[in-house]
Amino acid sequence: MSPRAAWRLESLGFGDVSDYVDGKVDWMAAGLPTEGTNSEQPRAGDVARKDVPTAGLSERLGDVRERVRAQGWDAVVVVNEERVVLGLLRAKELEKDADLRIEEAMRPGPSTYRPYVPAHELLHAMAEHQMESSPITTSDGRLVGLAVRKDLE
Amino acid sequence: MPKEVRREEVRRLIENGVQLVEVLPSPEYEEDHLPGAIHLPLRQLEKQALQVLDPSRPVVVYCWDTA
Repeated sequence: MSPRAAWRLESLGFGDVSDYVDGKVDWMAAGLPTEGTNSEQPRAGDVARKDVPTAGLSERLGDVRERVRAQGWDAVVVVNEERVVLGLLRAKELEKDADLRIEEAMRPGPSTYRPYVPAHELLHAMAEHQMESSPITTSDGRLVGLAVRKDLE
Repeated sequence: MPKEVRREEVRRLIENGVQLVEVLPSPEYEEDHLPGAIHLPLRQLEKQALQVLDPSRPVVVYCWDTA
């Protein structure tokens, strides 16, 4: 739609027209602010816990388990050096053999949601898929935080 | 020919006072739009563009995504 609008504006005499090709979905997925009636409603990016612990692929599970439990967590998001989400360990994965590396123990490619998803829709989706937690990521896969279902109920 | 711009360039243009225009229909604009965006639905462009926009100043248009 916006390419047609851009071309039409040029034909109407506008001399400097640009098309933000990735549009509103890209803006919102990056967690940038918007205006409008929905902007007052809590979204995934607002309710996600930003202090969720993270771990790297090559760490030893036993070390990570000890660290995160000391912080009161039973979930860890696996990220690379760019904070791109590669996996997730929930309570079940954290119980595995302490000598496993994280990449062997994690749940790879977890379902993620974008920061702009309304919190009530997120809760519905998590309940439907029986997920206790889910990473919230930007459109380029970077971690924003972890949405915890019990926080939303 | 219209230029294609990405998010960081859009942010820079907004800071420089570009005319930012959402061309989606009303409900979608009312629910969420970029800060300061003017609403000019595609179907009203021909009638209203010259009334609400200054053709001598830069304009950035956007819709939902690349479609």
